[in-house]
Amino acid sequence: MDWTYIQGILMLAGINLISVLGLSLLTGFTGLFSFGHAGFMAIGAYIGALMTVSPSTTPAGLGLPFFVGIIAGGAAAGIVSYFIGRITLSLKGDYFCIATLGFGEATRLLLNNVQIFGGSRGWPGVPYKSTLPVIVLVDVVAVLFLANLIKSRHGRNMIAVREEELAAQVSGIDVFKYKMTALIISAVYAGVAGVFFGHYMTFIQPKMFSMTKSTELTIIVIFGGLGSISGSVLGAVLLTALPEILRAFEIWRLVFYGAAVILIMISRPKGLMGGMELTPSGIRKAQLERKARLEARAEARRLNGLEDGSADEGRGA
Amino acid sequence: MKRALFVLVLVLSIALVGCAGSAKSDTIKVGWFGALTGDQAVWGENEFNTVKMLFEEYNNAGGIEVGGKKYKLEAIGYDNKGDAQEAVNVVKRLTGQDKVVAILGPNASGNAIPIAPVLEQAKVPDIATVATNPKVTVLDGKVKPYNFRVCFIDPYQGAVAAGYAYDRLNDSKAAILYDVSDDYSQGLREFFKANFEKKGGTIVADESFNGGDVDFRPQLSKIKAANPDIIFMPYFFKEVALSANQARELGIKTTLMGGDGWPSDQLISMGGKSVEGSYFVNHLDYADPAVQDYKARYKAKYGKETELNGYLVHDAVLLLVAGLQKAGKVNGEALAKALEGIQVQGITGMINISPETHNPEGKDAAIIKIVDGQYVFQEKYAAK
Repeated sequence: MDWTYIQGILMLAGINLISVLGLSLLTGFTGLFSFGHAGFMAIGAYIGALMTVSPSTTPAGLGLPFFVGIIAGGAAAGIVSYFIGRITLSLKGDYFCIATLGFGEATRLLLNNVQIFGGSRGWPGVPYKSTLPVIVLVDVVAVLFLANLIKSRHGRNMIAVREEELAAQVSGIDVFKYKMTALIISAVYAGVAGVFFGHYMTFIQPKMFSMTKSTELTIIVIFGGLGSISGSVLGAVLLTALPEILRAFEIWRLVFYGAAVILIMISRPKGLMGGMELTPSGIRKAQLERKARLEARAEARRLNGLEDGSADEGRGA
Repeated sequence: MKRALFVLVLVLSIALVGCAGSAKSDTIKVGWFGALTGDQAVWGENEFNTVKMLFEEYNNAGGIEVGGKKYKLEAIGYDNKGDAQEAVNVVKRLTGQDKVVAILGPNASGNAIPIAPVLEQAKVPDIATVATNPKVTVLDGKVKPYNFRVCFIDPYQGAVAAGYAYDRLNDSKAAILYDVSDDYSQGLREFFKANFEKKGGTIVADESFNGGDVDFRPQLSKIKAANPDIIFMPYFFKEVALSANQARELGIKTTLMGGDGWPSDQLISMGGKSVEGSYFVNHLDYADPAVQDYKARYKAKYGKETELNGYLVHDAVLLLVAGLQKAGKVNGEALAKALEGIQVQGITGMINISPETHNPEGKDAAIIKIVDGQYVFQEKYAAK
């Protein structure tokens, strides 16, 4: 295997991971499903490109350094998500999900019509700035921030909202505020991912941020396991690499991709790492849970056995 | 978990077996990529089949001679489902892992633009087939050293359509209906509009729809009210047939006109009488004696008619072989240099690659009229 090829896939996996981590906070830890995160990626990609593209390529370009692009892209997505959240977060369950779907599509259709960014013809000439070390660094920072957030009081409050919204509210948790926080953080993550994506492809087109992309991100989160950061990391790397690994199947590749995802979901209904973490304490906890489960099963079997035994005796007598 | 692991190991092992291709020293590896799955698969399959057929013919004739040595040609093709992100992945795989000397395709401009940095890094030239966006080969006024193409570009196609409508058909009021979500459609619309207005014509209606729409009646009603002499429809045959049918239902009798997204067997079967008498701009004349041989060979081998893309990838292969022979060695960098300024007689016309733009300069467009369900060649028309 050649390094440029593998590096390319790793970079894409790293970029996907940034937005998957954000979505993991929203879907996995706060319990809100979104099918519009490609919209936030698009906002990040376009605003990021606006900052870094040199004015000679596009009159609108500002030619600023890459890190300005990252900050601006993330911030723009965050600000938009605040307004989206204000309108939609009072919607419950499926209704919120459909609202995000609408937002994602609306963003794409809007960009199709914005001629200064090239409309649907796309925007070439975005500088090539995304490098593997920078992406990995951002991934590490993103994971650490998320892990600390979830361990904090705020994170526990978000999990409480996921588990039982009404009970959380009764216990004095400001449900709306925590939903909003989760949405904004996830949008910032998606925006930053969008900036990296644009500066990796050197070309952005509204088509790249279609609903398929949003669905892909949600699938990765569910595949990796809801409520697990390690799951999101594993899921992002595996599912980004899988279509490339399956190239040997030629045109059947996507059929096998689908089949592989279904197989894993059947054998691991909670996703790869549902609710578990690959940290020393996480593994210990998982082991204890497993032990407790096995003991419970043995106990149940023993009790069943007693019942059966007594029934047999009864028949015998 | 065990089952999941088993599946993973199985998948990986099959993938590795697939990778273990042997490389012979007297073979020239050429990459191809395009959509073999998804809504553009018809064109992708047609292109790849043509490449495989031509390579087989070269190999059966003993291969091609480069720098005094005979080489066989080997085509390595990958599917990118028409997706830009996969296009970048595939080009990295072709240049890095398969070590191809050149790449043929893709057909979509949106896929041909983002691969440029990868090509430049690997020093492997790419010859695009029907990627008509000018920015595929030139950006910021600078030519991209490793991107080439064998088709004319959107500004030219738009100018031809506008010029033919205004000068030959004597239409001064045009209406446009276009797909706002499609890059090709937006491009053609822009250049048609600019050229038509420059000629002195007026655009009386400029309506758009979104890809996937099936109802065009609201836009067509507005177009009808504007009473144009001609309606320009720069999008693909499926929507063309649908919108043409609906236009006739609404009683619009105006002549329709389109670009190279039109030609397909499906257009006639779906559009029927509605597209009768329409004009479109094409890369070639289907009745041209130069293309008959290829058409027949393709039909004989694959049992179906070739699509438009096949003709262009055919010429991309001719260009590649001529380039290799001119370079005298099997090397991507030398090939890219050799392609600049090369002249090759293709079946779609004389291909004269300009060193400044990497486009085939002066390639005439063919104007086709649909008469009795047949594509009837009108004339070769060059925009002035």
